[in-house]
Amino acid sequence: MKSTLRNIFHSPRFVVGFVIFMAMVLTVLIYPYFVPRDPLVSIGKGFLAPGTYLSVYDANNTSTYRIDLPEAAANRMGSLLTAEDRKTMLDFLTVMGADTEGLDLSDDSVNDLIALWKSSYDEENVRTSKYEGFSTKAQRNKLKRLDTKLSGSDSAGAMTVVSGEGDAAESRAVADTDYVKVNEVANALNLPLGTDNFGRDMLTELVSATGTSLIIGLIAGTIATLLGLLVGLLAGYVGGLLDDILMFIANIFTVIPGFVLLILIYYSVGQEARGVTTCAIVIGLTSWVWTARSVRSQVISLRNRDHVNLSKLSGHSLFRIIITDILPYIASYVVMAFILQVSSGILAEAQLSLLGLGPKTTVVPTLGLMMNWAKLFGAYTSSNAWWAYFPVILVIALTSFSLNLMNTGLDQVFNPTLRD
Amino acid sequence: MSKGMRKYFKKKIFWFVITFIAAVILNFILPRLMPGDPVNAIVGKSVSPGASQEQIQEQIAFYKQQFGLDKSIFGQFFDFVKNAVNGTFGVSYSQYPRTVSDIIGSGIWWTIALQLPAILVGWILGNVLGALAAYLRKAFDKVLMPVSLFFSAIPAFGMAVILLVIFAVNLKVAPVNGAYDAGLIPKFTPSFIANVIWHYQLPFWSIVLISIGGQAVGMRSMSIYELNADYVKYARFLGIKDRRIVRYVFRNAMLPQVTGLAMSIGSMVGGALVAETIFSYPGLGMAMYNAIVSSDYPVISATTLIITIMVLLASFTLDIIYAFIDPRVKAAQFD
Repeated sequence: MKSTLRNIFHSPRFVVGFVIFMAMVLTVLIYPYFVPRDPLVSIGKGFLAPGTYLSVYDANNTSTYRIDLPEAAANRMGSLLTAEDRKTMLDFLTVMGADTEGLDLSDDSVNDLIALWKSSYDEENVRTSKYEGFSTKAQRNKLKRLDTKLSGSDSAGAMTVVSGEGDAAESRAVADTDYVKVNEVANALNLPLGTDNFGRDMLTELVSATGTSLIIGLIAGTIATLLGLLVGLLAGYVGGLLDDILMFIANIFTVIPGFVLLILIYYSVGQEARGVTTCAIVIGLTSWVWTARSVRSQVISLRNRDHVNLSKLSGHSLFRIIITDILPYIASYVVMAFILQVSSGILAEAQLSLLGLGPKTTVVPTLGLMMNWAKLFGAYTSSNAWWAYFPVILVIALTSFSLNLMNTGLDQVFNPTLRD
Repeated sequence: MSKGMRKYFKKKIFWFVITFIAAVILNFILPRLMPGDPVNAIVGKSVSPGASQEQIQEQIAFYKQQFGLDKSIFGQFFDFVKNAVNGTFGVSYSQYPRTVSDIIGSGIWWTIALQLPAILVGWILGNVLGALAAYLRKAFDKVLMPVSLFFSAIPAFGMAVILLVIFAVNLKVAPVNGAYDAGLIPKFTPSFIANVIWHYQLPFWSIVLISIGGQAVGMRSMSIYELNADYVKYARFLGIKDRRIVRYVFRNAMLPQVTGLAMSIGSMVGGALVAETIFSYPGLGMAMYNAIVSSDYPVISATTLIITIMVLLASFTLDIIYAFIDPRVKAAQFD
């Protein structure tokens, strides 16, 4: 036993897989102590991109420091105008007939663009001339808003913050060289993975979902392995009619593919009962077949060995023969099958949930539900919010990658013929 | 045909028939255990808001009679079998009065055209890479294996989503969904075929990329197992040329891979579900998904029946072929 363990931990593949897997398990266990927030509580509104968010209110009430950054003005202009704004400005100036030679949408030409705009834009003129593409009221208003935005940025150093109901006595001026220190602002929130469509912190949600999905995988894997082991042992060792009947059941599970059966059974359970545990149990009940088949074929090759025959002659019970004479020979195989079953259980839940057939729960997220939400609320297409689905796919891939690595590592240790 | 062989085939055919009957019964029962009354849903949609209670009852009775739901469960099963035998599979609930065979007929060719080439290409590429990794070893193997393992770990829907976002949403070189542009009418013109091929790329490659990884991993370990087998060492001692040994080795290593190929062709309709729903591809997987969501029992039963028959045929063909080509199976089964 000790030497087997030492061999296993000398296999580089197993060790890499084990480290990745344990790192994920530890993160799931430890993270809630650092961020004790409920993973499903909405803190924002809609998809927020990853980054650090500062409370504007608190930042105004934090003591300021003076920093003179030479490129500050250019940065300010650059961030003020979105690419769409710049395109509108350029289009308008071109239609108007201004000299836009050498101007583009990059940050380099933004100052020239603004200067040209200021010399050319005239509200009266736009209304009377009805330029092509800017003739409706909505389009003219868009230009007007842009102009207001630009003139607002002009008055650098004269921004005034007024608190309360516009009481001038409590106002104070903010200079463009005033800075606040991030960790002195009372409310600053770091969202490394942004938020999802409901405005929930993605990282907290993802960690919690990983935990739930691992539990689903463990329950499904345990059920599938135990059931497969039991069926395989009985069918293989007892043989005869029992073998025929058990293999007949296994065949039915093969001809109606597990995934289809899973959907049908899971749907039949009914809306209320479709919790996380039920989901895991149904996955386990539909995926035992190939474990049973492999165990059966190994048991068939074992049952006529001398030591088994000797046990039979000594009058040992069926139970004892299976436990002491057969199980030890297939134990390594069963461990490997269990690892693969855990991995495919996690995947099965994710696929079910993606199709909208997953656990009905409002208490805990799962990896599949997160994928489903991302799909339903257009994270791939309209919002293009990569942070809402890519980390989830990565976690699923990493989980099965680490489990598969552990499996191949074990395979090399237990099957000398596979060694390099 | 020897006596043992005849007995073997008799036994196989017996279990084949029994499994088929049980699967047909399950295909009938399981969808009907699903919650929700489909007739109420249809009537709720079709009846005008001011309809009286009697009118609603009349409508419900009409649809129940149309779908044969007024009969006993045995009567319904008899109808199901009768409709399956004459090929119509009855009337769809959610797309009334379309017949199920019409829905399946319009979907199945998309699924076959998408899945069959993708499965074959993925299988061939994966096996070539796996065999090369086992034979060449060294750097090729060291790089290829972890990459293949990682690729095979990416779930099918994940690969579909990643391709969709990169190529359709950001680069805009491929369409977001469907099998052809919404405005086009399916006919054999060059422009329509070009449009179909354009829509075909993303679903196709998402299936190919996934299957390459898994096939390569499987082929590599089977090949290494065979390369280390005693008969290879013996052949080397005898001085048989390396090229010839390699041919034997890969032929033996291919056997389990052929099983995998046959089974994935057999279960292609079920496997199409994920890729088709992500890309809204109008195949059988999509039809089945829509049927499950709208409790359309006849469509669910018919699609699962098709899957069942295909898997049964695939595994039965395999059993027969194996009995002839694999001497190990011959020895184990016929004695």
